[in-house]
Amino acid sequence: MVNYQAKLDRTFAALGDATRRSILARLEREEAATVSELATRFTIKLPAVLKHLGVLEKAGLITRSKAGRTVTVRLRPESMRDAANWLSRYERFWSAGLDRLAGYAEAKEAAKRNKEKG
Amino acid sequence: MASLTLVRRIAARPAIVFDALVTPEGITSWWGPDEGPVLIAEADARVGGNFRVRFRIRDGSEHECSGQYLEVAKPDRLVMSWRWLGGEEDPGESRLEFQLRPVPEGTELTLTHADLANEESQSGHAGGWSGALDKLVGRFATT
Repeated sequence: MVNYQAKLDRTFAALGDATRRSILARLEREEAATVSELATRFTIKLPAVLKHLGVLEKAGLITRSKAGRTVTVRLRPESMRDAANWLSRYERFWSAGLDRLAGYAEAKEAAKRNKEKG
Repeated sequence: MASLTLVRRIAARPAIVFDALVTPEGITSWWGPDEGPVLIAEADARVGGNFRVRFRIRDGSEHECSGQYLEVAKPDRLVMSWRWLGGEEDPGESRLEFQLRPVPEGTELTLTHADLANEESQSGHAGGWSGALDKLVGRFATT
């Protein structure tokens, strides 16, 4: 459980950066990319790319595999899914409440209109 | 950075929807994830005032949350801080915003629950907030 929490922390921290989100979006579209492709695409220097990839990898959002001198980066969707599941718990909590809120307010509105008419 | 936004159209004027958010009678009618009863609804809806809501869910467990009103602008906007009570650890604070916009059929309500990652990163322990929420949502997650 503690590990799970720490993992979520890392996921959300990793997602809190525009460049890293762009890298993930790119990997989602294209399945895999090499580190040098990413550096070219985002016009940032290689050390900066490696730093971002390090954060993403630690958060479990990507995997890196090396073949000769080429490092290929792939998306690892499980961590993203965990973060999304966590958010969706709140969504379920509020969604059900808002349905009842609407019912209550609509009944009040109808009562008020009746009163105004009468 | 984590936040959640939900939008609902409600066939009632904004002032009525607003009252449903801030009066004990209103809160009692809708708060919580299932049809379990609201047991305590306290709301001092002015800037700096506090709210506290305790509710029971279908599995019989009770949960309580509280916070402070940060912006109260009837009938447009309501902002409050939010925290779960009752865990052993300080669960941290998130932020809840309701924006009400008049539309032809009544009100468009936008709920934003923001800074959720704050809350998460400060809890970081079994037993604490997330345990309570796990239990809380466990019941209705499958329905």
